[in-house]
Amino acid sequence: MSRRTRAAVAGLIGVAAAALAVEAVVRLGWISPLIIAPPSSLPGAFGKLWVEGFVVQPFALTIGQAFAATSAAALAGIPCGYLLWRRPTLGTAYEPWIGAAFAAPTILLFPLFLVLFGRTYATTIFVGFLAAVIPVVLKTREAFLGVPRVLLDVGRSLRLSEAALVRRIAFPAAVPGIFTGLRLALIYALVNIIGMEFLIDFGGLGRIVSEMYFRYEIPGMYAAIFLIVAVSWTFLAALARLETWLRPR
Amino acid sequence: MLAVENITKRFATPEGTISALEGVALDVPKGRFVALIGPSGCGKSTLFNIIGGLVDDYAGRVLIDGHPIDGTHHDVGMVFQEESTFPWLTTVENVAFPLDVTGVPKAERLERARRLLALVGLEGFENRFPAELSGGMRQRTAIARTLAFEPKLLLMDEPFGALDEQTRLLLGDQVLRIHRELEQTTLLITHSITEAVQLADQVIVMTYRPGRVKRVVEIDLPRPRTSEIVSSPEFGRLVATIWNDLREEASLGMKDIELHARAGH
Repeated sequence: MSRRTRAAVAGLIGVAAAALAVEAVVRLGWISPLIIAPPSSLPGAFGKLWVEGFVVQPFALTIGQAFAATSAAALAGIPCGYLLWRRPTLGTAYEPWIGAAFAAPTILLFPLFLVLFGRTYATTIFVGFLAAVIPVVLKTREAFLGVPRVLLDVGRSLRLSEAALVRRIAFPAAVPGIFTGLRLALIYALVNIIGMEFLIDFGGLGRIVSEMYFRYEIPGMYAAIFLIVAVSWTFLAALARLETWLRPR
Repeated sequence: MLAVENITKRFATPEGTISALEGVALDVPKGRFVALIGPSGCGKSTLFNIIGGLVDDYAGRVLIDGHPIDGTHHDVGMVFQEESTFPWLTTVENVAFPLDVTGVPKAERLERARRLLALVGLEGFENRFPAELSGGMRQRTAIARTLAFEPKLLLMDEPFGALDEQTRLLLGDQVLRIHRELEQTTLLITHSITEAVQLADQVIVMTYRPGRVKRVVEIDLPRPRTSEIVSSPEFGRLVATIWNDLREEASLGMKDIELHARAGH
Protein backbone atom coordinates (compact mmCIF):
# COMPACT_ATOMS: atom_id res chain seq x y z
CA MET A 1 0.00 0.00 0.00
CA SER A 2 1.49 3.36 -1.00
CA ARG A 3 2.02 6.14 1.52
CA ARG A 4 -0.74 8.15 -0.14
CA THR A 5 -3.25 5.31 0.11
CA ARG A 6 -2.26 4.69 3.73
CA ALA A 7 -2.80 8.39 4.50
CA ALA A 8 -6.22 8.32 2.79
CA VAL A 9 -7.25 5.20 4.75
CA ALA A 10 -5.99 6.73 8.01
CA GLY A 11 -8.00 9.89 7.25
CA LEU A 12 -11.18 7.89 6.59
CA ILE A 13 -10.68 5.87 9.79
CA GLY A 14 -10.33 9.12 11.76
CA VAL A 15 -13.51 10.61 10.26
CA ALA A 16 -15.42 7.34 10.84
CA ALA A 17 -14.23 7.24 14.47
CA ALA A 18 -15.34 10.86 15.01
CA ALA A 19 -18.73 10.11 13.41
CA LEU A 20 -19.17 7.07 15.67
CA ALA A 21 -18.29 9.14 18.74
CA VAL A 22 -20.83 11.83 17.79
CA GLU A 23 -23.46 9.16 17.09
CA ALA A 24 -22.81 7.66 20.51
CA VAL A 25 -23.05 10.92 22.48
CA VAL A 26 -26.29 11.86 20.69
CA ARG A 27 -27.87 8.43 21.14
CA LEU A 28 -26.86 8.33 24.80
CA GLY A 29 -28.71 11.62 25.19
CA TRP A 30 -25.65 13.57 26.30
CA ILE A 31 -26.29 16.06 23.50
CA SER A 32 -29.71 16.80 22.07
CA PRO A 33 -30.32 15.79 18.42
CA LEU A 34 -31.78 19.30 18.02
CA ILE A 35 -28.25 20.64 18.52
CA ILE A 36 -26.17 18.02 16.71
CA ALA A 37 -27.74 15.69 14.17
CA PRO A 38 -26.62 12.07 14.57
CA PRO A 39 -24.41 11.14 11.59
CA SER A 40 -26.72 8.20 10.81
CA SER A 41 -29.46 10.73 9.93
CA LEU A 42 -27.32 12.46 7.30
CA PRO A 43 -27.83 10.06 4.35
CA GLY A 44 -31.61 10.49 4.71
CA ALA A 45 -31.17 14.25 4.99
CA PHE A 46 -29.03 14.28 1.81
CA GLY A 47 -31.76 12.33 0.04
CA LYS A 48 -34.33 14.86 1.14
CA LEU A 49 -32.16 17.78 0.03
CA TRP A 50 -31.71 16.07 -3.34
CA VAL A 51 -35.44 15.53 -3.81
CA GLU A 52 -36.16 19.18 -2.96
CA GLY A 53 -33.55 20.31 -5.55
CA PHE A 54 -31.24 21.67 -2.84
CA VAL A 55 -28.06 19.90 -3.93
CA VAL A 56 -26.95 20.34 -7.53
CA GLN A 57 -27.98 23.93 -8.20
CA PRO A 58 -26.91 25.42 -4.83
CA PHE A 59 -23.65 23.45 -5.01
CA ALA A 60 -22.98 24.81 -8.51
CA LEU A 61 -23.97 28.35 -7.44
CA THR A 62 -21.65 28.39 -4.44
CA ILE A 63 -18.73 26.82 -6.28
CA GLY A 64 -19.26 29.25 -9.17
CA GLN A 65 -19.26 32.28 -6.87
CA ALA A 66 -16.21 31.03 -4.95
CA PHE A 67 -14.44 30.41 -8.27
CA ALA A 68 -15.33 33.90 -9.53
CA ALA A 69 -14.21 35.59 -6.28
CA THR A 70 -10.96 33.60 -6.05
CA SER A 71 -10.16 34.11 -9.75
CA ALA A 72 -10.77 37.86 -9.42
CA ALA A 73 -8.59 37.88 -6.28
CA ALA A 74 -5.84 36.07 -8.20
CA LEU A 75 -6.11 38.40 -11.20
CA ALA A 76 -5.91 41.51 -9.02
CA GLY A 77 -3.80 40.21 -6.14
CA ILE A 78 -0.92 38.49 -7.96
CA PRO A 79 0.04 41.63 -9.98
CA CYS A 80 -0.33 43.77 -6.82
CA GLY A 81 1.89 41.40 -4.81
CA TYR A 82 4.39 41.35 -7.68
CA LEU A 83 4.41 45.16 -7.79
CA LEU A 84 5.00 45.36 -4.03
CA TRP A 85 8.05 43.09 -4.58
CA ARG A 86 9.39 44.93 -7.60
CA ARG A 87 9.02 48.30 -5.90
CA PRO A 88 10.46 47.70 -2.41
CA THR A 89 9.49 51.17 -1.22
CA LEU A 90 5.85 50.48 -2.09
CA GLY A 91 6.12 47.08 -0.42
CA THR A 92 7.54 48.50 2.80
CA ALA A 93 5.00 51.33 2.79
CA TYR A 94 1.85 49.30 2.15
CA GLU A 95 2.50 45.82 3.52
CA PRO A 96 1.59 46.81 7.13
CA TRP A 97 -1.64 48.49 5.96
CA ILE A 98 -2.66 45.54 3.84
CA GLY A 99 -1.77 43.19 6.69
CA ALA A 100 -3.95 45.22 9.05
CA ALA A 101 -6.83 45.15 6.55
CA PHE A 102 -6.57 41.33 6.54
CA ALA A 103 -7.96 41.29 10.07
CA ALA A 104 -10.90 43.56 9.20
CA PRO A 105 -14.30 41.76 9.16
CA THR A 106 -15.26 43.13 5.73
CA ILE A 107 -18.43 41.03 5.67
CA LEU A 108 -19.91 43.42 8.24
CA LEU A 109 -20.01 46.05 5.49
CA PHE A 110 -22.61 43.96 3.65
CA PRO A 111 -25.40 46.55 3.98
CA LEU A 112 -23.21 48.98 2.04
CA PHE A 113 -22.62 46.41 -0.73
CA LEU A 114 -26.35 45.65 -0.83
CA VAL A 115 -26.96 49.34 -1.49
CA LEU A 116 -24.21 49.42 -4.14
CA PHE A 117 -24.93 46.17 -5.98
CA GLY A 118 -28.38 45.11 -4.76
CA ARG A 119 -29.35 41.60 -3.63
CA THR A 120 -27.40 40.01 -6.47
CA TYR A 121 -24.47 37.69 -7.05
CA ALA A 122 -22.31 40.79 -7.53
CA THR A 123 -22.68 41.47 -3.80
CA THR A 124 -21.78 37.95 -2.65
CA ILE A 125 -18.89 37.68 -5.10
CA PHE A 126 -17.57 41.12 -4.14
CA VAL A 127 -17.62 40.26 -0.43
CA GLY A 128 -15.76 37.01 -1.24
CA PHE A 129 -13.28 38.90 -3.42
CA LEU A 130 -12.55 41.49 -0.70
CA ALA A 131 -11.71 38.78 1.80
CA ALA A 132 -9.70 36.76 -0.73
CA VAL A 133 -7.57 39.40 -2.38
CA ILE A 134 -5.57 40.37 0.72
CA PRO A 135 -3.93 36.97 1.36
CA VAL A 136 -3.12 36.72 -2.36
CA VAL A 137 -1.34 40.09 -2.31
CA LEU A 138 0.57 39.36 0.90
CA LYS A 139 1.57 35.78 0.00
CA THR A 140 2.57 36.75 -3.56
CA ARG A 141 4.92 39.44 -2.26
CA GLU A 142 6.28 37.02 0.33
CA ALA A 143 6.76 34.34 -2.35
CA PHE A 144 8.75 36.64 -4.64
CA LEU A 145 10.80 37.91 -1.69
CA GLY A 146 11.61 34.29 -0.88
CA VAL A 147 13.05 33.50 -4.33
CA PRO A 148 16.71 32.65 -3.67
CA ARG A 149 18.94 35.39 -5.01
CA VAL A 150 21.25 32.82 -6.55
CA LEU A 151 18.51 31.63 -8.92
CA LEU A 152 18.11 35.17 -10.23
CA ASP A 153 21.91 35.46 -10.49
CA VAL A 154 21.93 32.33 -12.67
CA GLY A 155 19.46 34.07 -14.97
CA ARG A 156 21.51 37.26 -14.99
CA SER A 157 24.68 35.30 -15.76
CA LEU A 158 22.79 33.85 -18.74
CA ARG A 159 21.96 37.41 -19.82
CA LEU A 160 18.20 37.01 -19.53
CA SER A 161 16.16 40.18 -19.92
CA GLU A 162 14.28 41.40 -16.84
CA ALA A 163 11.00 40.12 -18.32
CA ALA A 164 12.51 36.69 -19.05
CA LEU A 165 14.06 36.63 -15.59
CA VAL A 166 10.62 37.04 -14.04
CA ARG A 167 8.83 34.68 -16.44
CA ARG A 168 11.43 31.91 -16.56
CA ILE A 169 12.85 32.02 -13.02
CA ALA A 170 11.18 34.31 -10.45
CA PHE A 171 7.59 33.24 -11.20
CA PRO A 172 8.15 29.45 -11.24
CA ALA A 173 10.24 29.78 -8.08
CA ALA A 174 7.43 31.75 -6.42
CA VAL A 175 4.59 29.41 -7.47
CA PRO A 176 4.41 27.41 -4.19
CA GLY A 177 4.12 30.62 -2.14
CA ILE A 178 1.56 32.12 -4.52
CA PHE A 179 -0.55 28.97 -4.24
CA THR A 180 -0.44 29.20 -0.45
CA GLY A 181 -2.10 32.60 -0.93
CA LEU A 182 -4.64 31.15 -3.38
CA ARG A 183 -5.59 28.36 -0.97
CA LEU A 184 -6.12 30.92 1.79
CA ALA A 185 -8.05 33.09 -0.68
CA LEU A 186 -10.37 30.25 -1.56
CA ILE A 187 -11.12 29.50 2.08
CA TYR A 188 -11.76 33.17 2.92
CA ALA A 189 -13.88 33.67 -0.21
CA LEU A 190 -15.95 30.58 0.52
CA VAL A 191 -16.54 31.41 4.18
CA ASN A 192 -17.58 34.96 3.32
CA ILE A 193 -19.79 33.93 0.40
CA ILE A 194 -21.55 31.29 2.52
CA GLY A 195 -21.93 33.90 5.27
CA MET A 196 -23.47 36.37 2.83
CA GLU A 197 -25.81 33.73 1.37
CA PHE A 198 -26.91 32.93 4.90
CA LEU A 199 -27.34 36.58 5.92
CA ILE A 200 -29.27 37.76 2.88
CA ASP A 201 -31.01 34.42 2.20
CA PHE A 202 -29.79 34.39 -1.38
CA GLY A 203 -27.74 32.13 -3.64
CA GLY A 204 -26.38 28.64 -2.98
CA LEU A 205 -25.50 26.46 -0.02
CA GLY A 206 -25.48 29.28 2.55
CA ARG A 207 -29.13 29.91 1.72
CA ILE A 208 -29.89 26.18 2.08
CA VAL A 209 -28.22 26.10 5.51
CA SER A 210 -30.31 29.14 6.44
CA GLU A 211 -33.52 27.54 5.17
CA MET A 212 -32.88 24.25 6.99
CA TYR A 213 -32.02 26.21 10.14
CA PHE A 214 -35.24 28.18 10.08
CA ARG A 215 -37.23 25.01 9.34
CA TYR A 216 -35.57 23.32 12.35
CA GLU A 217 -34.42 20.57 10.01
CA ILE A 218 -31.18 20.00 11.87
CA PRO A 219 -29.99 16.93 9.85
CA GLY A 220 -30.68 18.89 6.63
CA MET A 221 -28.63 21.81 7.96
CA TYR A 222 -25.67 19.56 8.74
CA ALA A 223 -26.02 17.85 5.37
CA ALA A 224 -25.80 21.27 3.68
CA ILE A 225 -22.73 22.09 5.78
CA PHE A 226 -21.13 18.87 4.54
CA LEU A 227 -21.86 19.98 0.99
CA ILE A 228 -19.95 23.18 1.74
CA VAL A 229 -17.01 21.06 2.89
CA ALA A 230 -17.31 19.17 -0.41
CA VAL A 231 -17.11 22.48 -2.32
CA SER A 232 -13.97 23.41 -0.42
CA TRP A 233 -12.42 19.97 -0.98
CA THR A 234 -13.20 20.05 -4.73
CA PHE A 235 -11.69 23.48 -5.10
CA LEU A 236 -8.54 22.71 -3.09
CA ALA A 237 -8.00 19.51 -5.10
CA ALA A 238 -8.33 21.49 -8.35
CA LEU A 239 -5.81 24.07 -7.07
CA ALA A 240 -3.36 21.31 -6.15
CA ARG A 241 -3.68 19.93 -9.70
CA LEU A 242 -3.09 23.36 -11.19
CA GLU A 243 -0.03 23.90 -8.98
CA THR A 244 1.48 20.56 -10.03
CA TRP A 245 0.84 21.42 -13.66
CA LEU A 246 2.51 24.83 -13.31
CA ARG A 247 5.40 23.58 -11.20
CA PRO A 248 6.01 19.83 -11.00
CA ARG A 249 8.19 20.13 -7.84
CA MET B 1 42.27 34.42 -22.11
CA LEU B 2 41.10 36.09 -18.86
CA ALA B 3 42.96 39.12 -17.60
CA VAL B 4 42.02 40.96 -14.44
CA GLU B 5 43.71 44.37 -14.25
CA ASN B 6 44.09 46.33 -11.07
CA ILE B 7 40.63 45.65 -9.63
CA THR B 8 39.70 47.70 -6.59
CA LYS B 9 36.33 47.48 -4.91
CA ARG B 10 35.12 49.37 -1.84
CA PHE B 11 31.86 49.05 0.07
CA ALA B 12 30.20 51.73 2.14
CA THR B 13 29.10 50.37 5.53
CA PRO B 14 27.69 52.06 8.66
CA GLU B 15 31.19 51.78 10.19
CA GLY B 16 32.79 53.47 7.19
CA THR B 17 34.21 52.41 3.84
CA ILE B 18 35.58 48.87 3.63
CA SER B 19 38.11 48.06 0.96
CA ALA B 20 37.26 44.55 -0.22
CA LEU B 21 39.78 44.32 -3.07
CA GLU B 22 42.85 46.46 -3.70
CA GLY B 23 44.67 46.40 -7.02
CA VAL B 24 44.02 42.73 -7.81
CA ALA B 25 45.59 41.55 -11.05
CA LEU B 26 45.72 38.03 -12.44
CA ASP B 27 45.81 36.10 -15.71
CA VAL B 28 44.23 32.82 -16.65
CA PRO B 29 45.72 31.58 -19.95
CA LYS B 30 43.59 29.50 -22.34
CA GLY B 31 43.11 25.92 -21.21
CA ARG B 32 44.65 26.50 -17.76
CA PHE B 33 43.04 25.70 -14.44
CA VAL B 34 43.71 28.43 -11.91
CA ALA B 35 42.56 28.37 -8.29
CA LEU B 36 42.16 31.48 -6.18
CA ILE B 37 42.47 30.86 -2.47
CA GLY B 38 42.16 33.13 0.52
CA PRO B 39 40.70 33.38 4.02
CA SER B 40 37.07 34.30 4.65
CA GLY B 41 36.62 38.01 4.06
CA CYS B 42 39.40 38.38 1.48
CA GLY B 43 36.95 39.39 -1.25
CA LYS B 44 37.02 36.10 -3.21
CA SER B 45 33.29 36.09 -3.84
CA THR B 46 33.33 39.81 -4.69
CA LEU B 47 35.97 39.10 -7.33
CA PHE B 48 33.86 36.17 -8.60
CA ASN B 49 30.88 38.51 -9.00
CA ILE B 50 33.00 41.21 -10.67
CA ILE B 51 34.49 38.78 -13.23
CA GLY B 52 31.01 37.31 -13.79
CA GLY B 53 29.60 40.80 -14.35
CA LEU B 54 27.13 40.74 -11.45
CA VAL B 55 28.82 43.64 -9.63
CA ASP B 56 29.58 47.04 -11.05
CA ASP B 57 30.97 50.21 -9.56
CA TYR B 58 34.54 48.98 -9.22
CA ALA B 59 37.87 50.29 -10.47
CA GLY B 60 40.00 48.31 -12.91
CA ARG B 61 39.22 46.12 -15.91
CA VAL B 62 38.23 42.57 -16.74
CA LEU B 63 39.29 41.39 -20.21
CA ILE B 64 38.42 38.27 -22.17
CA ASP B 65 40.77 37.61 -25.10
CA GLY B 66 41.98 41.18 -24.79
CA HIS B 67 38.51 42.75 -24.92
CA PRO B 68 37.22 44.56 -21.83
CA ILE B 69 33.87 43.24 -20.63
CA ASP B 70 31.21 45.13 -18.77
CA GLY B 71 28.39 43.24 -17.11
CA THR B 72 27.50 39.60 -17.71
CA HIS B 73 29.10 38.04 -20.77
CA HIS B 74 28.37 34.92 -22.81
CA ASP B 75 32.05 33.91 -22.65
CA VAL B 76 31.91 33.61 -18.86
CA GLY B 77 29.98 30.73 -17.29
CA MET B 78 29.33 30.95 -13.57
CA VAL B 79 28.88 28.10 -11.11
CA PHE B 80 27.67 29.35 -7.76
CA GLN B 81 28.48 28.25 -4.25
CA GLU B 82 24.83 28.05 -3.22
CA GLU B 83 22.29 25.54 -4.46
CA SER B 84 21.30 26.94 -7.85
CA THR B 85 19.52 24.22 -9.80
CA PHE B 86 15.91 25.04 -10.65
CA PRO B 87 13.74 22.76 -8.49
CA TRP B 88 10.81 22.82 -10.94
CA LEU B 89 12.87 21.42 -13.82
CA THR B 90 14.25 17.92 -14.27
CA THR B 91 18.01 17.42 -14.43
CA VAL B 92 18.07 17.35 -18.22
CA GLU B 93 15.79 20.41 -18.42
CA ASN B 94 18.06 22.25 -15.99
CA VAL B 95 21.10 21.56 -18.16
CA ALA B 96 19.20 22.46 -21.33
CA PHE B 97 17.91 25.72 -19.81
CA PRO B 98 20.63 28.04 -21.23
CA LEU B 99 20.06 26.51 -24.67
CA ASP B 100 16.29 26.87 -24.33
CA VAL B 101 16.55 30.60 -23.60
CA THR B 102 18.79 31.10 -26.62
CA GLY B 103 16.33 29.34 -28.90
CA VAL B 104 18.17 26.06 -29.62
CA PRO B 105 15.59 23.54 -30.96
CA LYS B 106 14.26 21.13 -28.34
CA ALA B 107 15.71 17.90 -29.77
CA GLU B 108 19.17 19.44 -30.14
CA ARG B 109 19.24 21.01 -26.70
CA LEU B 110 18.08 17.81 -24.98
CA GLU B 111 20.71 15.82 -26.87
CA ARG B 112 23.45 18.24 -25.83
CA ALA B 113 22.17 18.26 -22.24
CA ARG B 114 22.26 14.45 -22.11
CA ARG B 115 25.86 14.43 -23.39
CA LEU B 116 26.86 16.92 -20.69
CA LEU B 117 25.09 14.93 -18.01
CA ALA B 118 27.09 11.90 -19.10
CA LEU B 119 30.25 14.02 -18.91
CA VAL B 120 29.56 14.90 -15.28
CA GLY B 121 28.63 11.31 -14.44
CA LEU B 122 24.87 11.75 -14.18
CA GLU B 123 23.66 9.29 -16.82
CA GLY B 124 20.38 7.73 -15.76
CA PHE B 125 19.35 10.75 -13.71
CA GLU B 126 18.08 12.83 -16.64
CA ASN B 127 14.46 12.79 -15.56
CA ARG B 128 14.98 13.22 -11.85
CA PHE B 129 14.19 16.47 -10.10
CA PRO B 130 16.91 18.22 -8.05
CA ALA B 131 15.11 17.30 -4.81
CA GLU B 132 15.78 13.65 -5.66
CA LEU B 133 19.54 14.19 -6.02
CA SER B 134 22.36 14.57 -3.49
CA GLY B 135 24.10 17.92 -2.97
CA GLY B 136 27.08 16.78 -5.05
CA MET B 137 24.82 15.64 -7.89
CA ARG B 138 22.99 18.95 -7.87
CA GLN B 139 26.29 20.85 -8.11
CA ARG B 140 27.38 18.63 -11.01
CA THR B 141 24.06 19.46 -12.68
CA ALA B 142 24.85 23.15 -12.18
CA ILE B 143 28.32 22.65 -13.73
CA ALA B 144 26.80 20.81 -16.71
CA ARG B 145 24.23 23.61 -17.11
CA THR B 146 27.03 26.19 -17.20
CA LEU B 147 29.02 24.16 -19.71
CA ALA B 148 25.94 23.85 -21.93
CA PHE B 149 26.44 27.25 -23.54
CA GLU B 150 30.14 26.58 -24.05
CA PRO B 151 31.67 29.53 -22.19
CA LYS B 152 35.30 30.33 -22.82
CA LEU B 153 35.86 30.67 -19.09
CA LEU B 154 34.33 28.44 -16.42
CA LEU B 155 34.16 30.50 -13.25
CA MET B 156 33.39 28.52 -10.10
CA ASP B 157 32.86 29.88 -6.59
CA GLU B 158 33.42 27.08 -4.07
CA PRO B 159 30.99 24.78 -5.87
CA PHE B 160 31.61 21.95 -3.42
CA GLY B 161 31.95 24.17 -0.35
CA ALA B 162 28.89 22.72 1.35
CA LEU B 163 29.98 19.09 0.87
CA ASP B 164 32.08 16.84 3.07
CA GLU B 165 35.81 16.37 2.40
CA GLN B 166 35.54 12.84 0.96
CA THR B 167 32.81 13.82 -1.49
CA ARG B 168 34.82 16.89 -2.48
CA LEU B 169 37.88 14.77 -3.30
CA LEU B 170 35.79 12.42 -5.44
CA LEU B 171 34.00 15.30 -7.18
CA GLY B 172 37.43 16.81 -7.77
CA ASP B 173 38.17 13.77 -9.93
CA GLN B 174 35.09 14.56 -12.01
CA VAL B 175 36.17 18.19 -12.40
CA LEU B 176 39.65 17.04 -13.46
CA ARG B 177 38.09 14.75 -16.06
CA ILE B 178 35.89 17.56 -17.41
CA HIS B 179 38.90 19.86 -17.61
CA ARG B 180 40.92 17.20 -19.41
CA GLU B 181 38.20 16.31 -21.91
CA LEU B 182 37.10 19.87 -22.73
CA GLU B 183 40.40 21.67 -22.11
CA GLN B 184 38.19 24.17 -20.38
CA THR B 185 39.79 27.36 -19.09
CA THR B 186 38.76 27.46 -15.45
CA LEU B 187 39.04 29.83 -12.51
CA LEU B 188 38.09 28.16 -9.25
CA ILE B 189 37.53 30.22 -6.15
CA THR B 190 37.96 28.18 -3.00
CA HIS B 191 39.00 28.21 0.62
CA SER B 192 40.20 24.59 0.53
CA ILE B 193 43.95 24.20 0.04
CA THR B 194 43.71 20.51 -0.84
CA GLU B 195 41.03 21.22 -3.45
CA ALA B 196 43.14 24.00 -4.98
CA VAL B 197 46.30 21.84 -5.17
CA GLN B 198 44.39 18.76 -6.37
CA LEU B 199 42.78 20.58 -9.28
CA ALA B 200 44.81 23.58 -10.38
CA ASP B 201 47.86 24.35 -12.52
CA GLN B 202 48.37 27.51 -10.54
CA VAL B 203 47.16 28.71 -7.13
CA ILE B 204 46.79 32.40 -6.40
CA VAL B 205 46.93 33.18 -2.68
CA MET B 206 45.00 36.25 -1.51
CA THR B 207 45.60 38.42 1.54
CA TYR B 208 42.96 39.12 4.16
CA ARG B 209 41.04 42.37 3.74
CA PRO B 210 41.73 44.27 1.59
CA GLY B 211 42.15 41.35 -0.80
CA ARG B 212 45.39 41.51 -2.76
CA VAL B 213 47.40 38.86 -4.60
CA LYS B 214 49.93 37.69 -2.05
CA ARG B 215 51.64 34.94 -3.97
CA VAL B 216 51.28 32.77 -7.07
CA VAL B 217 52.19 29.12 -6.61
CA GLU B 218 52.75 26.93 -9.67
CA ILE B 219 51.41 23.42 -9.18
CA ASP B 220 53.77 21.19 -11.07
CA LEU B 221 52.07 17.93 -10.18
CA PRO B 222 51.81 15.63 -13.21
CA ARG B 223 48.57 15.40 -15.20
CA PRO B 224 46.34 13.48 -15.63
CA ARG B 225 45.68 13.59 -11.91
CA THR B 226 43.20 11.89 -9.63
CA SER B 227 42.44 12.31 -5.95
CA GLU B 228 45.13 9.69 -5.24
CA ILE B 229 47.63 12.51 -5.68
CA VAL B 230 46.78 13.77 -2.18
CA SER B 231 48.95 11.01 -0.68
CA SER B 232 52.10 12.06 -2.58
CA PRO B 233 54.90 13.90 -0.73
CA GLU B 234 54.91 16.61 -3.40
CA PHE B 235 51.23 17.30 -2.75
CA GLY B 236 51.96 17.63 0.96
CA ARG B 237 54.83 20.00 0.26
CA LEU B 238 52.63 22.26 -1.89
CA VAL B 239 49.82 22.26 0.67
CA ALA B 240 52.34 23.22 3.39
CA THR B 241 53.78 26.01 1.22
CA ILE B 242 50.34 27.51 0.61
CA TRP B 243 49.31 27.08 4.24
CA ASN B 244 52.41 28.99 5.36
CA ASP B 245 51.21 31.92 3.25
CA LEU B 246 47.60 31.58 4.26
CA ARG B 247 48.10 31.03 7.98
CA GLU B 248 49.00 34.64 8.69
CA GLU B 249 46.04 35.91 6.62
CA ALA B 250 43.58 33.48 8.20
CA SER B 251 44.79 34.56 11.68
CA LEU B 252 44.20 38.20 10.77
CA GLY B 253 40.69 37.32 9.62
CA MET B 254 39.94 35.39 12.80
CA LYS B 255 41.20 38.26 15.01
CA ASP B 256 39.07 40.70 13.06
CA ILE B 257 35.95 38.56 13.53
CA GLU B 258 36.64 38.20 17.27
CA LEU B 259 37.17 41.95 17.56
CA HIS B 260 33.82 42.59 15.87
CA ALA B 261 32.12 40.03 18.09
CA ARG B 262 33.52 41.76 21.23
CA ALA B 263 32.47 45.18 19.94
CA GLY B 264 29.01 43.74 19.30
CA HIS B 265 28.70 42.71 22.94
